[in-house]
Amino acid sequence: MCGIAGYFQLEGTRPPDKDLIVKMISLIRHRGPDEFGAFLDNKCVLGHARLSIIDLSTGQQPLCNEDETVWIAFNGEIFNYVELRPVLEGLGHRFRTHSDTEVIVHAYEQWDRECVQHFNGQFSFAIYDMNKRTLFIARDRMGKRPLFYTVQNGRFYFASEIKALFADHSIKRELDAEGLDQVFTWWTCAPPKTAFGGIAELESGSYMEISEIGISTARYWSMEYPDHYDDSRSVGSWAEEVHALLVDSIRLRLRADVPVGVYLSGGLDSSAIASLVRSFTSNPLESFSIVFGDSAFDESSNQRLMAKQLGTTHHQVQCNYEDIAACFPNVIWHTERPILRTAPAPMYLLSRLVNDAGFKVVLTGEGSDEIFGGYDIFKETKIRYFWSKNPNSRSRPLLLKRLYPTLPLSKVRFNYFLEEFYKEGLTETDRYYFSHIPRIKATSRIKDFYDADFKSKSAASDSMNAFAHMLPLRFAQWHHVSRAQFIEAKSLLSGYLLSSQGDRMAAANAVEGRYPFLDHRVIELATRIPPHYKLFGLKEKWVLKKAMHGALPEAILKRPKQPYMAPDSRCFTQKQAPGYVKELLSEEKVKEAGVFNPTMVGKLHEKCLRQSQGQMSFRDNMAFMGILSTQMLVDQFIEKFNEREIHRVTNFNVWRDFTTICNGHETTKN
Amino acid sequence: MEFEAGKIRSEIRAFIVDSYLLGDESVKFSDSDSFMSCGIMDSMGILELVAFLEQHFGVTVTDDEMLPTNLDSVESLVSFIRSKSNC
Repeated sequence: MCGIAGYFQLEGTRPPDKDLIVKMISLIRHRGPDEFGAFLDNKCVLGHARLSIIDLSTGQQPLCNEDETVWIAFNGEIFNYVELRPVLEGLGHRFRTHSDTEVIVHAYEQWDRECVQHFNGQFSFAIYDMNKRTLFIARDRMGKRPLFYTVQNGRFYFASEIKALFADHSIKRELDAEGLDQVFTWWTCAPPKTAFGGIAELESGSYMEISEIGISTARYWSMEYPDHYDDSRSVGSWAEEVHALLVDSIRLRLRADVPVGVYLSGGLDSSAIASLVRSFTSNPLESFSIVFGDSAFDESSNQRLMAKQLGTTHHQVQCNYEDIAACFPNVIWHTERPILRTAPAPMYLLSRLVNDAGFKVVLTGEGSDEIFGGYDIFKETKIRYFWSKNPNSRSRPLLLKRLYPTLPLSKVRFNYFLEEFYKEGLTETDRYYFSHIPRIKATSRIKDFYDADFKSKSAASDSMNAFAHMLPLRFAQWHHVSRAQFIEAKSLLSGYLLSSQGDRMAAANAVEGRYPFLDHRVIELATRIPPHYKLFGLKEKWVLKKAMHGALPEAILKRPKQPYMAPDSRCFTQKQAPGYVKELLSEEKVKEAGVFNPTMVGKLHEKCLRQSQGQMSFRDNMAFMGILSTQMLVDQFIEKFNEREIHRVTNFNVWRDFTTICNGHETTKN
Repeated sequence: MEFEAGKIRSEIRAFIVDSYLLGDESVKFSDSDSFMSCGIMDSMGILELVAFLEQHFGVTVTDDEMLPTNLDSVESLVSFIRSKSNC
């Protein structure tokens, strides 16, 4: 993990703002506390905060090509750099370092924008091309590493995190009604939207070229499903290929000059990764897990089972209500958008545990559920699609009961209530978001709490269609479950699981997550596998389970999927709740923020306090979290941003200032 | 103990407005509107409603009685409470 930031002068040249780049990098120093560097000339400024993982001694950034006309600031990893280097050397490129960063520079020289097609990795970078007088920025296929930008003051600013953009105080800090409305519909914004007005996010799988002539954006990769599937292959044959490719994906993701650990949730995906690592490396393996004080969320017995079976050195962090409440302000400082659950908070505590144990890199299981069909939303889609063919059927909706065998309500006759919930939009099968209608409907109930003014501001948002511009041409021809998988990957995976709950929580503690299931070769293989081999009846991830058969304990393979969740509103309504809760939810603060209705928020808070030990309804829980996190966002990023103490970086190990040196570059340590 | 229909109706409506609409009186719902279809409450909200009925009206709601015909509108609640208190 690293952090990048900088700007490009859109018209003419101006002396660089050295103080600004120091401030920008200082605000994201948590992402890379090992070394800091900057490149400055009259057209472009690049800054870098480094977490040293590959080529510890010479991998400093910003870094350049042979004749120092192409400069890069890079966050992430190009895992196949070892294979790409000889190809580029064969084409005449000379290397000075052993880093993956330098591979990008030469690949850019060789293939221009299309260099990204050659990379297997997780990345966001900015390349300043002095010959073309352009800035080229790009992001990996699934959006594992973040990249934000804004065009103001005749400059194109970019950074790994929004807070670095706000280092320039002339950049307005205000909420974006449309961006927020998207969060309260989809759990995340659809790029380029963010929660802040005027601040944009580069979409995953896209790049952008910035020059005096203008700014052009293009999508270079997308998840694509076939219209028809190859039914001639057996599930066993697909499973074999999945296994082989996963092994190769993990092999590439173990490339590092520092030790690599694994997250163990106790579920199938992280267990599969840990077991594959174990099967072909003899290195000591260390694993990391969250233990919840609240047994409703705890999976520690399965975690210990796996750790024991694999013989890992196992680390655990205990997570109770008060731990979540205590770290919540930090969590929102890093998510930079409202969240509807507390689930990122334990991930923040987990990355802190990893950092404390002296680790910088962990392998983690994200993405498996999306590409192999693990989530209930895919089962719901299957049932709803089947039901929609005969909406008056009494027997078809009964399948819904099979989705929630463990729900506390299963004892009572709640079928009717379940049916009412899933009946929503049942006939709208041609909508691209058909699969997500029940979830969207449940999430959108937080909008009942909007203040009248905000309601009118957000009225024109059309958030339901926020992701429509990302759909591939043949989307409508795909299988209904494949369509659901695409939407889930573009929305919740990219914008929330890899971001708010992923990169941001890991980077906050200088930890880098690596995702073997999200190697694009694994994704592309998974898209070609027939849907019924992923979701066999209502059995999830069937082909993956086949691929892992024999390598994992039956208890792990056979256990029903337990979604990762954490206790929500009750963390903030206990007797010892931190003082900020009452303050942020006060009538005055809610009014100032201008998003929610202060009276309703007051009543909701009272209700949550009354029921702090009981079961809160989904709507109230989600509304409470959405409101509290929005209020926290306003407090930290709008009201008190300038009061925040910035720990300024003083030791820029690489400082290349082309405004004072005409020939060559100079490295100064100050 | 017998309850008067008008009183039950107004107490239930007050509870709905206070607990589910959180004081937002701009949301209009008739006595026969389904709580679930109008989005007034979700399935977890039904449990909350049952807790209120038991506490406020002193009735006991069995699992078998947790049916939409008993619980999903103001009207059905009024007759349900009256039938329970008559027993």
